[in-house]
Amino acid sequence: MDWFVPLFVIVPLGGAFLIAIIGSFARPFGRFFTSLVLASLIGLTLYVIFSVTIPIVYMVGGHGPIEKVPIGITMILDGLSVYLLLIINLIGFFSAFYSISYMKKFTSENYYYTLFCLMVAGMNGVVLSGDVFNLYVFLEMAAISSYALVAFGIEKEELEASFKYQVLGGASSLFILLGIAFLYWNTSTLNIADISRVIGTTANSATANSEFVKFVGVILLAGFGLKAAMIPFHAWLPDAHSSAPSPISSMLSGVLIKAIGVYVIFRLFFNMFTISYDTALVITTIGTLSMVIGVLLAIGQWDIKRLLAYHSISQMGYVVIGVGIGMLVIAHNGPRSVAALSIAGGLYHLFNHAVFKGLLFLNAGAVEYETGIRDMKKLGGLSSLMPVTTSTSLGASMSISGIPPFNGFFSKLIIIIAAIQAGYYVLSILAVFVSIITLASFLKVQRFTFFNKPNEKWNRGDFNVREVPFAMCFSMVFLAVLCLGLSLFIVPAVRDIFITPAVNVLLNSAVYSTGVLGY
Amino acid sequence: MTVYLLCILLFLIGLYGVVAKRNLIKIVIGLAIMEYSVNLFLILVGYVKGGTAPILSRNLANKVFVDPLPQAMVLTAIVIGLATTSLLLAIAIRLYRKYKTFDIREIKNLKG
Repeated sequence: MDWFVPLFVIVPLGGAFLIAIIGSFARPFGRFFTSLVLASLIGLTLYVIFSVTIPIVYMVGGHGPIEKVPIGITMILDGLSVYLLLIINLIGFFSAFYSISYMKKFTSENYYYTLFCLMVAGMNGVVLSGDVFNLYVFLEMAAISSYALVAFGIEKEELEASFKYQVLGGASSLFILLGIAFLYWNTSTLNIADISRVIGTTANSATANSEFVKFVGVILLAGFGLKAAMIPFHAWLPDAHSSAPSPISSMLSGVLIKAIGVYVIFRLFFNMFTISYDTALVITTIGTLSMVIGVLLAIGQWDIKRLLAYHSISQMGYVVIGVGIGMLVIAHNGPRSVAALSIAGGLYHLFNHAVFKGLLFLNAGAVEYETGIRDMKKLGGLSSLMPVTTSTSLGASMSISGIPPFNGFFSKLIIIIAAIQAGYYVLSILAVFVSIITLASFLKVQRFTFFNKPNEKWNRGDFNVREVPFAMCFSMVFLAVLCLGLSLFIVPAVRDIFITPAVNVLLNSAVYSTGVLGY
Repeated sequence: MTVYLLCILLFLIGLYGVVAKRNLIKIVIGLAIMEYSVNLFLILVGYVKGGTAPILSRNLANKVFVDPLPQAMVLTAIVIGLATTSLLLAIAIRLYRKYKTFDIREIKNLKG
């Protein structure tokens, strides 16, 4: 019962192919087919969550291990993969549906939808793949299509941002490939589980080997840190995420930096390398820096999408410290319940951030669609003209800054409680402090964009601002409902279905290797 | 050992090109050099002294083979490198049409 595992990659890949072929004859084909592809993937993910026992190990082409040496490509569907698949396809669906109206003003829409499907296929492949080189190939697939999508507007700013993104992204990919080469050199295998077994059996005996693990760890952390835009590596993110078309910004900020950056860091450092105090400390420090500096850079921005992009860095910092504290506790042999709580908080915030940041970028896109302006100083008073955009953006803003009934509050609360239980008081104070600055910054967004004195030019001549079309409203309203609905994850029964399997994968990090290899 | 160090040196030369050069095309060349050095490193990882191509035949005089897996990986990596380099050059040409220059000091609309 594992026939459906490769479908997560095949369906969007085939979709991209069909859109490129059929779309040149029938122009609106790609527009609706992309949403259909993503909707079917959501259905498949929900089917996996509710009626399949995971983990599933799928051998591509049936090439199983020979004499206990894994030789084929493996795809692994465990709790963490399913959780990421749900996030990718959910945000992907709403972005694709939003694009139906938003992308009408662009020429060559079909290339857009082709690249969109390719990007989704790449990200689905990354979270499913069970060996490092295959992971690299899927990662490049997602990354290259995202480079092209950032430049989709082909104006001065888009091209500049895309070039910057490509140079840094290309360098990071080469660091990752170099790390993979070193891994293969010392372990003679590419399978993540097998590498973990080799490192685990020899690390204690030879000191040279543990030095090697640290060296490769640093190279890989630099590579994936660049992809995830953690703070010393963040320079490309605000440009790329603010220049892309808005549905793509919401995909990049909401999903891409998680699926090909943060997820891989967690997967490799929990399940491949043995957890050590040093790496845990480095990861938590990077997370803290991202959280604090990201928000400080964000507060002074006047371009809506640039401000949101800086907040992405800051919010990903929360995710990383949540999981990083869990890692520190495990490295100390501390209480496992605290580690579980902390990791659960981090992963919960990952989902929440995808939803509310996706929604905020879609709101910014709606404002830009109607007015053509992104500078908050020139906006104002849109609340009466665009009620749906205003109310959904209000919900998302309250969610990101942690106002109680919304999901952002609960995940931040869990992370802060876990930090206090683990004894990292400074981190918990910083988390509260950053949350307050986030609130201030979003008060600014709300006031200057939607609630200030109405600009008189909105009703005149070439502006004629009104509510955005149905497809855009639909996506925004549903994401806003999700912002409230995800608060249900705090209920233990719901949490056990969605988050707990993912937490267990990270918490019982040694089980991964034996589960995949079968010995 | 020397050959590995030379390989890393090539990687660093490429990195220098990316970091220090001001011309878009030179930056692309720097990235390409980095990519070649990583490919070379992968080939070196699979190399066995005195080895031949791993093809099974009836009467083998030489039983020492090089590792074929890194070679397969390098083929994939070259294809990926082709995609990134061509996309980078396409964007560089577009940038030249908009700004009439390849100098990155002149291309700075985005900051802050």
